[in-house]
Amino acid sequence: MRLKRTAPIALMAVAALSISACAESERDDSGGGDSGSSDLKDTFTFGAAGAPDVFDPLYATDGETFRITRQIHQGLLGITPGTADIQPELAESWEPSEDGLSWTFSLREGVTFSDGEPFDAEAVCYNMDRMYNQEGAGQQAAEYWTYFFGSFSDDPEGSLYDSCEATDESTAVINITRNTSSFPTILSLDSFSMQSPAALEAGDANNVQAQGEGFTYPEYSTNPVGVGPYVLESYDQANQTITLTANESYYGDAPATQNIVFRVIPDESTRRQELQAGSIDGYDLPNPVDWQGLEDDGNTVEIRDAFNILYMGLNPERNEALQDLRVRQAIAHALNREQLVQTQLPEGAQVASQFIPEAVSGYNPDLEPYPYDPDRAQELLAEAGQEDLTLTFAFPTEVSRPYMPDPQRIHDAFVQDLEAVGITVEVVSKPWNGGYLDDVSANGAYDAWLLGWTGDYNAADNFLGTFFSNLNQNDFHTSVMPWGETLSQDLQAADAIVDEGEREAAYQEINAQLRDEYLPGIPISHSPPALVVSGDVEGLTPSPLTAETFDTVTVSQ
Amino acid sequence: MARFIIRRLLQMVGVVAVLSVLLFAWLRSLPGGTVSAILGERATPETRAALTEAFGLDQPIYVQYLKFVQRAATGDFGVSTGVLPGTDALQIFVDRLPATIELSVAALGLAVLLAVPLGYLSARRSGSPLDSGLVILSLVGVAVPVFFLAFLLKYQFAVEWNWLPVSGRQDSLGCTRITNFFVLDGLMTREFDCSASALKHLVLPSLALATIPFAVIFRITRASVLEVLGEDYVRTAESKGLTARVVRARHVMRNALLPVVTTIGLQTGALLAGAVLTEKVFAWGGIGDALARAFEVRDYAVLQVLILAAAGIYVFINLLVDISYAIIDPRVRTR
Repeated sequence: MRLKRTAPIALMAVAALSISACAESERDDSGGGDSGSSDLKDTFTFGAAGAPDVFDPLYATDGETFRITRQIHQGLLGITPGTADIQPELAESWEPSEDGLSWTFSLREGVTFSDGEPFDAEAVCYNMDRMYNQEGAGQQAAEYWTYFFGSFSDDPEGSLYDSCEATDESTAVINITRNTSSFPTILSLDSFSMQSPAALEAGDANNVQAQGEGFTYPEYSTNPVGVGPYVLESYDQANQTITLTANESYYGDAPATQNIVFRVIPDESTRRQELQAGSIDGYDLPNPVDWQGLEDDGNTVEIRDAFNILYMGLNPERNEALQDLRVRQAIAHALNREQLVQTQLPEGAQVASQFIPEAVSGYNPDLEPYPYDPDRAQELLAEAGQEDLTLTFAFPTEVSRPYMPDPQRIHDAFVQDLEAVGITVEVVSKPWNGGYLDDVSANGAYDAWLLGWTGDYNAADNFLGTFFSNLNQNDFHTSVMPWGETLSQDLQAADAIVDEGEREAAYQEINAQLRDEYLPGIPISHSPPALVVSGDVEGLTPSPLTAETFDTVTVSQ
Repeated sequence: MARFIIRRLLQMVGVVAVLSVLLFAWLRSLPGGTVSAILGERATPETRAALTEAFGLDQPIYVQYLKFVQRAATGDFGVSTGVLPGTDALQIFVDRLPATIELSVAALGLAVLLAVPLGYLSARRSGSPLDSGLVILSLVGVAVPVFFLAFLLKYQFAVEWNWLPVSGRQDSLGCTRITNFFVLDGLMTREFDCSASALKHLVLPSLALATIPFAVIFRITRASVLEVLGEDYVRTAESKGLTARVVRARHVMRNALLPVVTTIGLQTGALLAGAVLTEKVFAWGGIGDALARAFEVRDYAVLQVLILAAAGIYVFINLLVDISYAIIDPRVRTR
């Protein structure tokens, strides 16, 4: 009996010994580099809400991925820290031709990719052509190219990009097919970063394949080579950690902190506890209700300038009563946006008077939001003969966006406001990824809904063009309105104006018309998103585009 | 016995096959979907149509299903679109299974090791303050939501006292990965600090995950022992002078264990459900975490693989339960 009992234990011990004999430690025990001063940590640890998709930014689409690729890659143009304005990055200057269709970029000299390959005009053209020449599944995966440049080389008609010439080692000329305010600003987007041609070739970077109901990505997408201050050290998928380390061959100042570790922590309250426990140094988008508490605990809540818009969309095709401007104005007067901003939105949020935030060129400072005036709303409804108006008004569930921290609460408040002026509201909700977006844009299934937009770069077209330029396919169904076509044409014309001053004036005029004459939807608010870092962190500049680079960040012990 | 096992294994295949049809149809009949999740606010009708076509989601559901079965037959269960885009869905399951097993084994081990002896003790001293105390504790264990308990545990042990880590599976120590069972890997490679770190990370999540199985197993054990203690054969055994130890081992526990084993089996299946929440709040990176994420972003391939595998595991565990029945109770074998 006794023997029997000890036998399994002995067996297990033998087994453990035998397996430990066959496994080798592969650990590199050299330890982290010393970042010079001993009162600073050599690692900045950031709590990410999700895992990154791919490290080739051309195929990336989400903020969690861009936050990482931004530290590894740089583009021709960069963003001035703390603003939404472009500044030189890998291009030192740029100059358009007379007709605005040919842009000459003078490149920074003496720059190499982290694999030692030179960054020169050839590399620029290689990158531009590589993006333009995507084929098959690569075209679908390169979502940002489609969005900002239109189409690829197999359909040159629809493409903004035409060609690229390397006139000498440090001069690249990029030709485009039409004038737009977006160029060259879009070259500052992470997706269009410059990557090492040799590494792209070696890693078969364009080999994206459709397989089943998804895409497979080539080897390169896990071995990115850029020119940025950091390089990808490792992605430990089992432990959900991404480690970056300083790029030895970076042309600029060496990063203030040697390593950055991104830890994937999907649950927000867990991220907060990790910060409290001191095991991470910061995380993005803390819930506005936590801001005060986080500050009280000695952390720094870095509030970015608002670069977004929350609006109530209206569909005059589904509900014909909404074709009457007086009805739309009545809704604008009925909504108590001032109170919403004060009670529900984060500190620094503003009531929106127009569809673009203040930092965007073309913002019209003379416009005032429609004041909260339920009596006026009722009068307008009576004038329009719509005292018995019924609206199907929808909000998304299972989502929180920077411009809309808690959709249901915002919706609740507005439902009360609308009912107070005699409008009957049919409340609809759907999960964000569970049909809401389809219903808003593809199906036009609601009379009114909540949605918003966070700007990609500083151009009014990125907001207004997105909403109203495409006459036949926009969420606001402006095609049924008599002014729909004019608005669409005016927006396209304004976007093509080369002179900056003239363009700004044109957009200001359009913004005034949108408020006074068109009112296709109700602009609600601009909400500043924040990120939070512990009190030991310094040197982080919050970016309105949420495009922070971490190379200047230090963490004291 | 062999025939019994083979029959049950065949049943398992049937269950998974039927489930795959239902699951396939159900996932695709949900509104929204992969394409919306990927494109977000940026969706235009053109990009939406292009992506739908590229993924083959524009075809009739039965065509999609046949293609799925065809590919599945070659071991290709599709590619992730959201959890880890571009990665084989089966690979995601294989990579993440060790994390979930590590956590589940720890949680279930904790629950069983505490619940069975305490349940026996409670029954033996039925009516005593110890018994009442344990019964109340088990009630609380069932009643407190896992996420709330997890929050409290983390707050007290990690944030306030700084004894244990808040979340994750291991510190960033650059550990070598062999099996992805972190504790085991550390032992195998003699990176003992890695094992220690992994064990420290295991404590709070396994406590949180163990509460419900503990409470359920404790109460079944207690009830079952109470019942057996009242049986004639126990009195007979005692009266013919057998030692207390023999009575306990051969007569009481052996008979009381049957329902307990069933319960443990069922709880093992239920652990997966609990793991979804526990893994998320502890950033555990296992199956449960992946399942929650896959649902958020409508990652069909990953959802299919994870749910089918979970169902398969559930059926398999029940098979193990039935086999252990046969071992504990010889009467079952002849049936």
